[in-house]
Amino acid sequence: MYRYDEFDHDYVRARVSEFRDQTQRRIDGALTEDEYKPLRLMNGLYLQLHAYMLRVAIPYGTLSSRQMRTLATIAERWDEGYGHFTTRQNIQYNWTKLTDVGDILDALADVEMHAIQTSGNCIRNVTADHFAGAAADEIEDPRPTAELIRQWSTAHPEFAFLPRKFKVAVTGSPNDRAVTKAHDIGLRMVRGEGGAPGYEVIVGGGLGRTPMIGKVMRDFLPKDHLLPYLEAILRVYNLHGRRDNKYKARIKILVHETGIDDMRAQVEAEFERQMREEGGPVVAPDPEQVARIEAYFAPPALADLPERSETLETAMAEDAALARWVETNVAAHRAPGHAIVTVAVKGTGEAPGDATTAQMRALADLGERYSHDELRISHEQNVILPHVRKDDLPGVFAALRKAGLATANAGLITDIIACPGLDYCALATARSIPVAQDLSRRFAAPDRAKAIGEFTIKISGCINACGHHHVGHVGILGLEKSGIENYQITLGGDHTETMAIGERAGPGISAEEVGPAIERLVDAYLDVREDEGERFIDTYRRLGAEPFKAALYAAA
Amino acid sequence: MPLVTDTGFAPDDTPALVSLGTLPDAPEGAALDMPLDADPAAVAPHFDRLSLVVVPFPSFADGRGFSLARRLRALGYRGRLRAAGHLITDQFPFARFCGFDELSISDALAERQPEALWLAALSRAVPPFLQRRGKGWAA
Repeated sequence: MYRYDEFDHDYVRARVSEFRDQTQRRIDGALTEDEYKPLRLMNGLYLQLHAYMLRVAIPYGTLSSRQMRTLATIAERWDEGYGHFTTRQNIQYNWTKLTDVGDILDALADVEMHAIQTSGNCIRNVTADHFAGAAADEIEDPRPTAELIRQWSTAHPEFAFLPRKFKVAVTGSPNDRAVTKAHDIGLRMVRGEGGAPGYEVIVGGGLGRTPMIGKVMRDFLPKDHLLPYLEAILRVYNLHGRRDNKYKARIKILVHETGIDDMRAQVEAEFERQMREEGGPVVAPDPEQVARIEAYFAPPALADLPERSETLETAMAEDAALARWVETNVAAHRAPGHAIVTVAVKGTGEAPGDATTAQMRALADLGERYSHDELRISHEQNVILPHVRKDDLPGVFAALRKAGLATANAGLITDIIACPGLDYCALATARSIPVAQDLSRRFAAPDRAKAIGEFTIKISGCINACGHHHVGHVGILGLEKSGIENYQITLGGDHTETMAIGERAGPGISAEEVGPAIERLVDAYLDVREDEGERFIDTYRRLGAEPFKAALYAAA
Repeated sequence: MPLVTDTGFAPDDTPALVSLGTLPDAPEGAALDMPLDADPAAVAPHFDRLSLVVVPFPSFADGRGFSLARRLRALGYRGRLRAAGHLITDQFPFARFCGFDELSISDALAERQPEALWLAALSRAVPPFLQRRGKGWAA
């Protein structure tokens, strides 16, 4: 894991006092509310429906047990005993007091964390594959790249007042777990001629009210050209992105209106200009710093183990619950005898991504004891233990059970993404969490969930789509119609490398109707699928929307 | 309308500005009013004759001027470069980094955000990425 050097340490501390100073200047009147707001947002502080919300950055979703313990302490001391893991691998505290924020930021700085650029019209906290450095299918760990981007983008003097927010995601695997095609910039590691790793650069993806799948701007970008190339994209965007309408201000609209070919020509020209600059581009990578970053992400020293664990096999034979959990929540690790564990932070009837102080502490303990002191937050709002010995899985499962975190639903129908919705968010038009809770109860029976198989439901409480509804196999969008919550269903979305935007099934339905309608949809799928191996999304692609629309609206 | 410089407020000494359209006929030492939506490459042939380029900031939230400044510098403009309009003290070091020498702000803003605040802003912490390269705000 990356460790701060003296520059990082000093900088994060300085930003805390700077934020205190900015707040004081607002109180003194030197700053107007309009002027203070972007400064507050760039420090992660939102004003929500009931209180301030502080969004803390977990860069590329990686954290240590010590850091997780601090997150627990903050929840206990300054919030109401909860934290909320988000789809951008961050954590939000929904009940912070303005007067406590400086102290919270100090506590974060103690463990090399901050809330910088988790909001505002700037380059946001960069995300990455949550299986990074552990996945069996990986070309290279994407986190050194993500860390380099974090360093480059932190307080970048040119790009702090962009037309709109700007999100970057990186994946090192061909199987895209980082939703790269729905980001302003998505970077996919690929191999070029001679096998050297580089990036496929995808630009202009995004969800929100105008969902778009990112387009390839460059098939192959050598690794050491990354920062000048990013700088070129950002400069073109900063100069030409629309500023007349905030709903048309993302780079996806610029790419759409300009056309990818014209946009590419502008970016390449800007890139070439930098490469020709005297002494090379200002942001040419410093090889020493790159090497330092890479060294921090060297794989942990994993024991040499046989692929098959007799301990685990025996325990699974004796405990059906363990066997089911291993089947759903454990993924292949690149090292024999090891596994990647997905901890579901969404038990039956719970709010997706909400973790209590006690649960965060239990996770910290597990990370320390079983996973080389490393944890990850996934965009699916789960917590990952990336490096666990298969021999230890029964022990991990037992501890998770005790903490109420042993739900065996990773990738299944109750592994729901939901935004905070109208329960917290000032932008929301409808509630998301109660819908997720209802669905999680309806499909709680493990055998049924297993029979349904891979199935993603994603719920947003407004058109801004924080809950990724466009790319759920089933998307649920909460709107408001004459004061009443109304839910639009989309079908056929896909968040992976085969990304697709779901299509609207028909008119919106009421909150109470969502659960029964989804149950009918699922029953219809089970009826018409070819065999158990055909996932809902496959059946949908084979048969189209009609049979599912019919099921959704059957009772209406 | 004071100017904000590294040493504090200075009186505004702006000469009459020429527009991009009249630039080819402008005399030696002219000062250019640079439109935000113009391509700086069109100005490059005239760099040597310019004593000042003024980039407007219609709002502090409109960051186009930062990129425009960097492009002007990258294209080889070495003369005085000024940001004029609505900027806040927190942006002063950013403007310096992007290649601006000075700012021009309204009297009302100067009253609300007095000289001491602008000078203090220059000692804002420099981001680690720049520090590791031995760079400060004045790039």
